[in-house]
Amino acid sequence: MKSHLAASAALSLLLSTVSAYPQVAATAFNSAPDLAYEAVPGFFHGIPAGDYMGELQGVATNSKGHVFAFHRGPNTRLWEFDQTGKFVREIGKDFYGFMFAHSVRIDRHDNIWTVDEGTNVVTKFDPTGAKVLMVIGHHPDAAQGPVATSRAPNAPAEKYTLCRPTDVAWDQQDNIFISDGYCNNRVVKYDRNGRFLAQNGSEKVGKGENEYNLPHGLQVDHAGNVYVADRGNARYVVLDNNLKWKTSYNNVGSAWSACISEGPHQYLFATNSNPNGNAPGSWKIGGQIYKMELDGTVIGKFGHAGKLEPGFQVVHMMDCRDPNQMIAGEIESWRMQKFVLKGSK
Amino acid sequence: MKRLATLLLAAAACIAAPAIAQEIGFTASDTLQLPRDTFFGAVAGVATNSKGHVFVYSRTGTPVMTLGGARSFVRGGSVLTEFDETGKYVRSIGKNLYGALAAAAVRVDRNDNVWIVDTYSGMVIKFDPQLRILMMLGRKPESIDVPATPNTGRAATGAPPASGMKSDLFEGPTDVAWDTNGNIFVADGTGNARVAKFDRNGVFVKSWGSRGSDNDQFSTARSIAVDTTGNVYVADRGNNRIQVFDNDGTYKSSITTAGNPQAICISPGTHQYLYASNSNPVNDIDMGGEIYKLELSGTVVGRFGRAGRQIKEFNAVNAIDCRTPNQLYVAEMGSWRVQKIALQ
Repeated sequence: MKSHLAASAALSLLLSTVSAYPQVAATAFNSAPDLAYEAVPGFFHGIPAGDYMGELQGVATNSKGHVFAFHRGPNTRLWEFDQTGKFVREIGKDFYGFMFAHSVRIDRHDNIWTVDEGTNVVTKFDPTGAKVLMVIGHHPDAAQGPVATSRAPNAPAEKYTLCRPTDVAWDQQDNIFISDGYCNNRVVKYDRNGRFLAQNGSEKVGKGENEYNLPHGLQVDHAGNVYVADRGNARYVVLDNNLKWKTSYNNVGSAWSACISEGPHQYLFATNSNPNGNAPGSWKIGGQIYKMELDGTVIGKFGHAGKLEPGFQVVHMMDCRDPNQMIAGEIESWRMQKFVLKGSK
Repeated sequence: MKRLATLLLAAAACIAAPAIAQEIGFTASDTLQLPRDTFFGAVAGVATNSKGHVFVYSRTGTPVMTLGGARSFVRGGSVLTEFDETGKYVRSIGKNLYGALAAAAVRVDRNDNVWIVDTYSGMVIKFDPQLRILMMLGRKPESIDVPATPNTGRAATGAPPASGMKSDLFEGPTDVAWDTNGNIFVADGTGNARVAKFDRNGVFVKSWGSRGSDNDQFSTARSIAVDTTGNVYVADRGNNRIQVFDNDGTYKSSITTAGNPQAICISPGTHQYLYASNSNPVNDIDMGGEIYKLELSGTVVGRFGRAGRQIKEFNAVNAIDCRTPNQLYVAEMGSWRVQKIALQ
């Protein structure tokens, strides 16, 4: 009886459900050689006193090496750091398109794109972050009170309405690809002007070809192929430029995020992020980042799960513009860490 | 009605005060100086560091919930404030801290790192002495359900409430303590009813306890402290006892001489004392409220104070700092202040 006293006083804050933490064994784990990436302690600095990064969802660099961090801290915020890791500015403070961060990416023209799964909006800013150039998706309408949490099946996916989108990428023609997301389960292709072209998947969860269970991130290679981190199915899906199914890689773990490097020889980086709420004994499972050829051949791995640096607590996104200089953003330790391949420049 | 009945039951438990103990004389003062137009709300935690600085974790306002998003998100509601050894204001943090929702505790470890426990975000956050984040345990729920559901357990694990869920996600955590090896003990708490042990690097070691009144069970694990030999003391409010465990969580004994404890503190030094508050409920100052000074064995040295609203009276004490012999800071949920206590 007495237990109800505390129980009734407690706000019930429930983690919204992600369909699964599949956490399948990363079969490449044992065989992949270790890569000599070394952490750069304290690289990011200069955050104003009394201010804090929150859960680090998105991290990306532009062509000048500036680093953009999109985080929940506790308003969703976009911060810019220079190439030395020094804090420069906040972009979009109290912006209507920011409510619950998920991804930030920089296109080949250095425009800044944010993906927000609270407003259901993907926003394109100019390279300085001063001007909004495009908005994709529909911000839910103003509400006069709390909106009841939906228990209904996902509504049919629409062309221009996103449902908790997760990531954005572009091909060399500047077509726009969006992974969408937690309550749709699809990849959408828009042209450079934001007009709908195609989709793969639907609102329904699935595990077969052309189906997804939480497409959580995506990237596009120089040939226009699309790589989707299908987190709920613990696989990376490869689509052609018209979103036709090509293949999938399922040997690198939990598939939280994808990153493809620039340069003539592109690599695919995959993160086998550890789940939150680790049960006893699971602490040594996962956490490593895999470096792969685009064809899925695993080259090697680095990193491990851990609360303290340089360990990872749920890597949510990586920047790999230069494949020898990785930045990993973590949800659960509210930080991003830089890693440099030993012996590289 | 059921809720009222349970409140009355809990109140009745409070009345069951222990035998008469010797009164300890004391003085009390309200020494912390906040900037003008800044106020504490319900003060959940108070702790000092080795330099005498005072840290206060307080519920300062209402958490804000978003309207019209994909889900309902909450933020804000608690602030951590630092004062120097004279009580002068130094700084406050929390408005920009993702995990600050509803303060539960602040404690300072032997290296002067500052730890906060937040009962609604379900997080334990470790700061260095400059209040930069070093480590965190638990994860704030991404959003809240509307309408709010009763305490049905965390969707992330599917665990029923108070089942002693063995993970590093917390449900209503209340307090944190460390042994001399740096192992971390989290009282978890009011939603769950267990103690979780982590090593110094934050790696989950083990978990014990569930809701109940047997040995090894808790009504609520409201406060926690560790002595220099590594024994773990848990304020089992609702069961009128402090349970003592060894460092691995094996039950040793129960102390039943200090009322219905809500806050406990073990002083440092070669002869350690245990302080325990038989806190009154926030809605009643006509019962309890006294604080006990005990030997670690549970033998009562003496008691002081009573429930009330004035200085030198206590209103729902939720934390005691006892770093300095015979000098305490107490945090009050009912009277929104911190008192500095000098025992005679």
